[in-house]
Amino acid sequence: MPVSDFQAVLGLEVHAQLLTRSKIFCGCSTEFGGEPNTHVCPVCLGLPGVLPVLNAKVVEMAIRAGLALGCRLKERSVFARKNYFYPDLPKGYQTSQYELPICEGGTVEITVGGEEKRIRLVRIHMEEDAGKNLHDVSPDGSSGVDLNRAGVPLLEIVSEPDLRSVDEAVEYLKSLRAILMYLGVNDGNLQEGSFRCDANVSVMRKGAEKYGTRCEIKNMNSFRFLRQAIDYEVRRQVGVIEEGGQVVQETRLFDPDRGETRSMRSKEEAHDYRYFPEPDLPPVLVSAADVERVRKELPELPRARAARYGRDLGLSAYDAGLLVAERAVAEFFDAALAAYGSGPEAAKKVANWMNGEVARLANERGETPATWKLSPGKLAAILKLLDAQTIGGPGAKQVLEEVFATGAEPDEVVKAKGLAQVSDTGAIEAAVDQVLAASAAEVERFRAGNKKLMGFFVGQVMKAMKGKGNPAVVNELLKRKLGD
Amino acid sequence: MSAAAELTGLSLREAGAGVAARALSSRDLVEAALARIAATDGEVGAFLEVGAERARAAAALADQRAARGELRSELDGVPIAVKDLFATKGVPTTAGSRILEGWKPPYDATVVERLEAAGAVIVGKLNMDEFAMGSSNENSAYKPCRNPWDLSRTPGGSSGGSAASVAARQVHGTLGTDTGGSIRLPASFCGVVGLKPTYGRVSRYGVVAFASSLDQVGPLARTVEDAALLLGRIAGHDPRDMTSSPRPVDDYLARLEEGAAGLKIGVPREWFQGGVDAGVERSVRAALATYEKLGAKLVEISLPHTKYGIAAYYLIAPAEASSNLARYDGVRFGLRCEAKGLKEMYAETRERGFGAEPKRRIMLGTYALSAGYYDAYYLRAQKVRTLVRRDFDAAFERCDVVAGPVAPTVAFPLGEKTQDPLQMYLADVFTITCNLAALPGLSVPCGLEAASGLPVGLQLVGRSFDEATLLRAARALEREVGALPAPGLGEGA
Repeated sequence: MPVSDFQAVLGLEVHAQLLTRSKIFCGCSTEFGGEPNTHVCPVCLGLPGVLPVLNAKVVEMAIRAGLALGCRLKERSVFARKNYFYPDLPKGYQTSQYELPICEGGTVEITVGGEEKRIRLVRIHMEEDAGKNLHDVSPDGSSGVDLNRAGVPLLEIVSEPDLRSVDEAVEYLKSLRAILMYLGVNDGNLQEGSFRCDANVSVMRKGAEKYGTRCEIKNMNSFRFLRQAIDYEVRRQVGVIEEGGQVVQETRLFDPDRGETRSMRSKEEAHDYRYFPEPDLPPVLVSAADVERVRKELPELPRARAARYGRDLGLSAYDAGLLVAERAVAEFFDAALAAYGSGPEAAKKVANWMNGEVARLANERGETPATWKLSPGKLAAILKLLDAQTIGGPGAKQVLEEVFATGAEPDEVVKAKGLAQVSDTGAIEAAVDQVLAASAAEVERFRAGNKKLMGFFVGQVMKAMKGKGNPAVVNELLKRKLGD
Repeated sequence: MSAAAELTGLSLREAGAGVAARALSSRDLVEAALARIAATDGEVGAFLEVGAERARAAAALADQRAARGELRSELDGVPIAVKDLFATKGVPTTAGSRILEGWKPPYDATVVERLEAAGAVIVGKLNMDEFAMGSSNENSAYKPCRNPWDLSRTPGGSSGGSAASVAARQVHGTLGTDTGGSIRLPASFCGVVGLKPTYGRVSRYGVVAFASSLDQVGPLARTVEDAALLLGRIAGHDPRDMTSSPRPVDDYLARLEEGAAGLKIGVPREWFQGGVDAGVERSVRAALATYEKLGAKLVEISLPHTKYGIAAYYLIAPAEASSNLARYDGVRFGLRCEAKGLKEMYAETRERGFGAEPKRRIMLGTYALSAGYYDAYYLRAQKVRTLVRRDFDAAFERCDVVAGPVAPTVAFPLGEKTQDPLQMYLADVFTITCNLAALPGLSVPCGLEAASGLPVGLQLVGRSFDEATLLRAARALEREVGALPAPGLGEGA
């Protein structure tokens, strides 16, 4: 009851690892996993005297993201040092961007409850990731540090506090994630931490104009935890205010086991990061020509693609939305459609199969299009077999399942499994006659008006034909013989 | 004079030419250098580490190359040494600090790589003020270094070992670094040539950082020509240092002997307005008169922001240092003092590992960068830096080089300024602006001060990347002044 009197105000900070092969300031691999401290060199270990060399790919990916999100790309941006001590931070400072980030402004469009909303961005900047502390790794209880991740490039994407509900926050993250994945700059993996999010949460009474005091929530590594954490935090803050207290500005950690947030450090304990421009790196200069070059290679983005599916292919917003969520799925759809046919009817059919059976199988098997044994051409072939009435619906599902599992050619699966349906009138007529002869009572009742029994006859005929009878022919023959 | 003394007395050019002509062997040169170090370094204290075996092995290879006629450069086979903040693969590199005691880098600094690629034989690592912070070498955590001209005096700093070793005829050339005068001041005090190149002319990769926007690597040698030779080998773009310039490297020898005729030499009013010892000023003025005699034109110029140089420098350099020195935390390398918790381990390691001067600068720098103070200190200091650079830009519209004293005094006695950091900082008053403006600066001996008999250096500051003109001007003076006598060190030893 009290919560409904309040309005949540949310802003998100996303850290997205860039899909470069090497780290931001050295040639070490960015590959996830690997034995601790095997993807390291003097530069990412922060040994004395070493210097950073900026990976040009990082800048290119930042430009790509900036263009896709409608940011202002800065001709000149500057790296800065963020100074603090922590064992996972080899240099004692993180090389990041501060006063002059590479991108400013921008928007992410979201649709929640059928309503469109534009979430504004404050900025996007480039920075390096830190390593990871490993606790209780040795028998004496001492901790270790793995610096494989130190120096992996990140984009930090900061939104304005434009989000007003958990649903909006989740939708924002999903949209942003899909865009970054489309751009090929991020793999969208929350669990492995390559797509991470911190939330700034505050509440105010409905109708108020001034935002409340915000808390920063960290450690939410799934959409579910994000929901739990924000829900909890909003209720907590409302509770504090309802009891006459004041929300204290602080950083809070989400505890997934308890589903709670708890204080990590107060404003007074907050670090003074002593930012200053990084003297070891010259300013990053991005020319109009650089921007144009990247712009030309920009892929069609999810919302544009979904709109096109609606406009040109007549797909529903729902179907289109499912198809575009992942770039590889959308591209599979495009290729399958091209191999199958054209026009709204063909599109609808491919979309139904993609969002239905194909999605179900992929889900069950936990696979992504990159690892599917099903190719667009094979899906199109199955649909064509269906159209030609070589197989029926149930047969097509069986073929799909087999192709999905083994990658076999659809027509060969049909042969090998004997799934071709029988359209030969003679064979079907024989089966129909046999069924009608054996079901004299039902025939009587049908003719007396119980038309529902048609289903029973069809079933019996199909059973007699081991499912291979062409349903249309079966139906037609039954109707004729029953004088319907 | 013994045969060995004759060898150590050779200039780098002469030694290299001897090897090339097969009149000398690298082995003889290296043995002579090692003997000279053994004889004199107990007193001088220029070396923190002597790698005799490595040097001998390198000399043997150089001699084989000489025999095959495959010498790599005019430095091939010649013994040199480098300040102990250049990373040397597998060889201890301390930066003069306890916190790096025993640390062996797994890589070479780019300049070390380049010198070794040229065949130079690095015989050891030279004493210095801890993390290059100091003007007298007295901040070395290991031992003081003494001035070969007068062992009761400092060699200057922070590249004290680099200057003293060359002056003491231990090696034929050295590398130092200069953040606020750390090459030029000791060069002046020890009577050798020291050049701080334009920021970005020489790679900083593998050079333990003090203040990244000011640090620059440069040569110290007994002749201008030797300094030019060394610079030619170490200069140039390095893909591992994004602040190194892609500009092609000039041929520093090509115009070396062109003399001073026609040169316009700017004499900054502010560098002669009191504070300079009379003897030093006399030597410097005599050098300026020599230039006039040689056909150069003296032009009075003004560098009005000189007086703000020290203040700006002591905000920017400590600010960068406070960040650069954060990596010495006991976690990955160097000293670690075990303690009950992480914060305690940090505190204990840094408390014991750093000496007083690095601690002072970490405090200064941390303060200058703190929230609420950044604009008033760091940002304002950067603005001063721009003004200092504009002073020089304006001056260089009227002259080709700027000339004046390197320091207000000759080498001062050990212990004189150690209790008063501010007095120590003021030793750099004339050299610091050159670092702030990122310009090349050089110290060339202009004679001995009459009263003390100690060397005085003339400072020349040039246009950005115009080291060639600096060297040419220095060479013209050197020809007139003649070689300084060898300091009376180790005679009879």
